[in-house]
Amino acid sequence: MSATNPPITAQPHFGHPAAPAGDNYLTHGRGVLSWLLTLDHKRIAIMYMAGILFSYALGGVFAILIRTELILPSPQFSSDPDTAWRFYNHMFTLHGAVMVFLFIIPAIPAIFGNFVLPMMLGAKDVAFPKLNLTSLYLWALGAVIFIFVLLKGVLNVMFPALVPFWGGGGLETGWTFYTPYATTTADSAVVEATLGAFIIGFSSILTGVNFIASIHMLRPPGMTWFKMPLMLWALYATSIIQILATPVLGITLLLLMAERLLRVGIFDPGLGGDPILYQHFFWFYSHPAVYIMILPAMGVISELISTFSRKHIFGYSFIALSSLTIAFLGFLVWGHHMFVSGQSPMANAIFSLLTFFVAVPSAIKTFNWVATMYKGNIHLKTPMLYAMGMICLFTIGGLTGLFLGSLSTDVHVHDTYFIVAHFHYVMMGSVLFAFLGGLYYWWPKFFGRMYAENPARIAAVLVFIGFNLTFFIQFVAGTQGMPRRYASYPEQYTIYHQISTIGAYTMSLGMLLVAANLLHSLLRGPKAPPNPWGSNSLEWHASSPPPHDNFAQTPNAGDPYDYSAWRYASPREGYVRDPNAAPAPTH
Amino acid sequence: MTQAPPTTQHQDHAGHDPNLAHHFETPKQQFDSAKVGMWVFLATEILMFGGLFCAYAVWRSNHPDVFLYAHTKLDWRLGGINTVLLIASSFTMAWAVRAAQLSQKKLMVALLALTIAGGCGFLVVKTFEYSAKYHHGLWVGHWNQYHPNYQGPKHEEAAAHAAVAPAPGSSDGGSNVSAPGSAGGYDQLALTAPEHSQVTHAPPGPQGIVPALVTPPSSAQVQADLAEQHHTSHYNLAWEDLPPAEQARTHQFFQIYFLMTGLHTFHVIVGLGLLTWILLRGLRGAFGSAYFTPVDLVGLYWHLVDLIWIFLFPLLYLIH
Repeated sequence: MSATNPPITAQPHFGHPAAPAGDNYLTHGRGVLSWLLTLDHKRIAIMYMAGILFSYALGGVFAILIRTELILPSPQFSSDPDTAWRFYNHMFTLHGAVMVFLFIIPAIPAIFGNFVLPMMLGAKDVAFPKLNLTSLYLWALGAVIFIFVLLKGVLNVMFPALVPFWGGGGLETGWTFYTPYATTTADSAVVEATLGAFIIGFSSILTGVNFIASIHMLRPPGMTWFKMPLMLWALYATSIIQILATPVLGITLLLLMAERLLRVGIFDPGLGGDPILYQHFFWFYSHPAVYIMILPAMGVISELISTFSRKHIFGYSFIALSSLTIAFLGFLVWGHHMFVSGQSPMANAIFSLLTFFVAVPSAIKTFNWVATMYKGNIHLKTPMLYAMGMICLFTIGGLTGLFLGSLSTDVHVHDTYFIVAHFHYVMMGSVLFAFLGGLYYWWPKFFGRMYAENPARIAAVLVFIGFNLTFFIQFVAGTQGMPRRYASYPEQYTIYHQISTIGAYTMSLGMLLVAANLLHSLLRGPKAPPNPWGSNSLEWHASSPPPHDNFAQTPNAGDPYDYSAWRYASPREGYVRDPNAAPAPTH
Repeated sequence: MTQAPPTTQHQDHAGHDPNLAHHFETPKQQFDSAKVGMWVFLATEILMFGGLFCAYAVWRSNHPDVFLYAHTKLDWRLGGINTVLLIASSFTMAWAVRAAQLSQKKLMVALLALTIAGGCGFLVVKTFEYSAKYHHGLWVGHWNQYHPNYQGPKHEEAAAHAAVAPAPGSSDGGSNVSAPGSAGGYDQLALTAPEHSQVTHAPPGPQGIVPALVTPPSSAQVQADLAEQHHTSHYNLAWEDLPPAEQARTHQFFQIYFLMTGLHTFHVIVGLGLLTWILLRGLRGAFGSAYFTPVDLVGLYWHLVDLIWIFLFPLLYLIH
């Protein structure tokens, strides 16, 4: 940009002057190999997206099968109850394992993080592009192993004659692999599944290493720690958890494999082991893992709320530091999964108290988001609908978490549908909604195409209604004593399950609408402007889709939440910088 | 398909320092990034081993006598040789990094070769140790043959029974567990004895508040072990001196031994691969004062491998 007032155009500020017109990362290099061997963080993100969305669809099918089985107390999928119950056990385990390990944990960091983090930093790539590609392949390898386990399980149920040929398949331990069930009783592919989770864990660690090094070393001139977009703070906090907690899961799963294969007595009390030790190890990872899931979602929401309220984020440093606080506290509360495991009352009391502390930084975020919206100029675009839905559902999920953190209440509702409802509100209601919001938000940047706004809004409303229909009733069922994981139940719970199942179908309808809309946009969508939302973080300064190198020269970073320089021009041009408003952040 | 990415990479590098990736501005930024990444990765390694150290602590506190007895089956001399080998190779590694920084190519290659020799020596000693353990039946799980006097499953039944039933003597609040006078025989055990007596003497607090990680049967077990310890003032415990419940549990020690040293040995093997890689690159003259990042990072990794062994050696070989 020259010093004289140039005409307002939709040209990106840091486009690649040397690149031929129309060249972007999608067209830069053709052929399958140029994708499979790429080191470009954007292409890696897109490949992650393909794999993760496929896993999500798979996990969703399992969920629908679970809900269908539960529509009546009688067995649904087979006239033989034993077969039906075994099938159900496989389904709920695989639903949990696929959703946790293949979808929620990687979804936001691996897709949005990979795509957006270097661009928000004004960088050309993450710090270690080869490592990035490695972690993609590790993830894919782990996912293939998981899906192999799944196929084995389904085939075994259909053709029992196969079992002597290749052993038990599927997975029926629940995604937690609790011992001694996972080591001695379960006749299923525990070793294969834990191997898959172990490999995926490495993928997660390497992504974390990459993000931490990138944020430390690649920030552009002008971007101090407290001028980073909050998404970066969230990814930074997430990465810290990934690198500190995941190795412990790794060693736990190795021990589990050693116990199952070599019969070493680690967790088996008959051999002098300690089954509770497994739970300590497992939750030392898997509780922080909950924050691996939710923290990036909170980062996405911080971006969405500020952008679509056209207002500077409220309480920036509080939101930023609360991410780190959550990451820290997340390591101290694993024992609240074990209140009824025979843990000492003193430990229970301490874990309960620490659990309540987590509510503080979480509430700080929620209040700051709401304060950002207050007196804002709210644009009810689809991403904003999901963001508002997320705040609502996260509040319900968070508050019911306090019920579960209280010892006396927890003993009553432990292992009931109350837990199921709680963690679906937090994991699905919050993370999935943030994921979908982020997907719509960055979609134009990913593919250079807009989606159809009104169908997307209808889908968002359907998903929201369906979600609440499915899970709110489960709070009631749980307090009435319906245990989780059961394939059958007394007549009195039928109505709760039927409402829940209807909700699940409604939500699936919404999800199908989301998928149809995005596919249509990919093929027929109108071209997206560089900045359709008027955001000010650096990725919106590049064209849509961005060029191969993102930025011709490292841009200077301004305040990511200062929207005053952006004026809405037209649907085709989106928001453009008003050259009179403020100096463009050139180098 | 013809535009394979390596070609693209070379185009990106055109006109630049060949060692500088296109997304970094300066070699210093690249070096610092690599350093940050490596340190973060080492943190993950420490946590991974941390899980095993934690398991070690739990098992040792649950079965102190087993550890005291079984560690005598390890040869501390061989462990000591390995410790010396690794510390020496760490020294040559650090020197090799310095040589790389000063562009002393021949010296660096020689020092890397010495480092590899140290690591290989470690593996040779480890092979002797492992095969000796295997031939003596000191293996994991059911392959552990415990002791010549071991009488098969009967022992395990006794063990299971003893683990469930409260051990005799533990019901009366541990009064016979550590009478102050008996501490005289504990000179060698001075480090552990006072802690034990604190635990066992602590009144059963309100609502039976006990340390978090100790499950009730295990704490009964520990008390029984301690009671047994008093009858046998031992520095080197014999198998016959072990409480009956513990006699069939010597595999507890060997499984943590094999898991910890096994994971460590795996890291040594990976380290040797990395060292060979930088040795070969060094021979081709890839490193000098302008670019020595891989040497530096492999050095950090090798020091970590060394450091973990320095913790493993006393914990496994030098138990008092």
